[in-house]
Amino acid sequence: MIKIGYYPGCSLEGTSSDYGMSVRKMAEGLGWELRELEDWNCCGATAAHQTNHLLALSLPARILALAEEQGFTEILAPCAACTSRLIGTNKALAEDPETAKEINEIIEMNYKGTVKVLNIIQALQKYAMPDIAQKVRRKLDGLKVACYYGCLLVRQPKVLEFDDAEEPKSMEQIVTALGAEVVDWPLKTDCCGAGLSMSLTSAVVDLTHKILENAKFHGAQVVAVACPMCHSNLDMRQLDVNRRYGKQNLPILFLTQLVGLALGIPEKDLGLKKHFVKATSVLK
Amino acid sequence: MSHGDNTSTVNSFKAEIEKRGKLRLADCYQCGKCSAGCPMAEYMDILPHQIVRLCQLGEDSVRKKVLGSNTIWHCVSCETCSTRCPKDFDIARLMDVLRHISLEDRATNPDADNIIAFHKAFKKSIEKTGRLHEFGLAVGYKLRSMDLFADVTKFPKMLTARKLRFLPHKINGVEKIKKIFEKCEARAKPHKRGGK
Repeated sequence: MIKIGYYPGCSLEGTSSDYGMSVRKMAEGLGWELRELEDWNCCGATAAHQTNHLLALSLPARILALAEEQGFTEILAPCAACTSRLIGTNKALAEDPETAKEINEIIEMNYKGTVKVLNIIQALQKYAMPDIAQKVRRKLDGLKVACYYGCLLVRQPKVLEFDDAEEPKSMEQIVTALGAEVVDWPLKTDCCGAGLSMSLTSAVVDLTHKILENAKFHGAQVVAVACPMCHSNLDMRQLDVNRRYGKQNLPILFLTQLVGLALGIPEKDLGLKKHFVKATSVLK
Repeated sequence: MSHGDNTSTVNSFKAEIEKRGKLRLADCYQCGKCSAGCPMAEYMDILPHQIVRLCQLGEDSVRKKVLGSNTIWHCVSCETCSTRCPKDFDIARLMDVLRHISLEDRATNPDADNIIAFHKAFKKSIEKTGRLHEFGLAVGYKLRSMDLFADVTKFPKMLTARKLRFLPHKINGVEKIKKIFEKCEARAKPHKRGGK
């Protein structure tokens, strides 16, 4: 059993419960034991960093400090917005002792900076690759997948130190190992606008449409994502895109769902039934 | 030349930005790459590189123009600009700093009302329970923005798919979270600009 510290983040317990389910099922299938951080709080996401600098550091700092107290040296955070805030905070505190002191004083804890944060792709690279192919029970042969990274999974590179910010390949490597075919397309790191999904919906519908249309144009049958915000936008917001631009019908799958399917886990256990745009027809 | 010391007086808008964001505005040479790659550029009244230029000019007369632009709120924080900047100037960070100052100055553009209402509802939800309760956020946001009917047709499906929790989960450390909010807000609020 590989033991991994786990910070689910708020969406995985709500609007992206399908992501939460599939992370857990996939972990079981890969022989990982996810040990959830106790009493974790929200990272504050965009709402904090756009409005209050100290809050934007303090909320993630409490999470990191809790992890340290609970004996974790590494935590998996499957949400790209959470990883971005957690890693950004780690860096800000490491680079400036004065800030670290102030934040520790605010959270009334003493975070020393020993916790490393992994996104879901890094966890798969570290604990499942390269021999994941040997665990595949149901090859995703012929399935054409557009891997979509969006913004926070790869930006900013000097903070995240992960993959290539303009032409990432890490998700493609995993998807290919599952037997699926990846499509080459130019919008995989374009932002879908999720941070403004409810508050500036009209613009977000346009951005989402561009991404869906382009993925389809390049032959994608499904889009793979590793961020709950991207998923909500591309899946649920697709209804609004349909209304403005005509029917898209492009299923959006979490990377963890694709891995889970390949491991032979039933679709219902992976939360596939929760999607607004069903993948049934392409998965056969 | 050392960091802004002969260009910015302690009082200026420019000095405030540089200090709060740990930024050096002179780094930007106006190539426009940030605006070229910005997914939200077409929804902005002033382009990102123009915002940087105005900040470089730094005169207090540009303060109102910059803080009152919808750009700083229509920026979705995707960080494409900062990633691509050939001078490694952190434009996304600048946008955060400008948002913070615009809130303190109460100088925000009306186009940003809903965005700010969303952030307030989001933070209120975390402050109350320690975690984001999305159903509560949706209700809180609708009441603040009066955008009552947006997305309601999705709710039944979200509820049956268990993508929305009716009841929030309260963490044990919720009092600690409240304290964190209080401290952070108290430290951001006192607007002692006039005095200095």
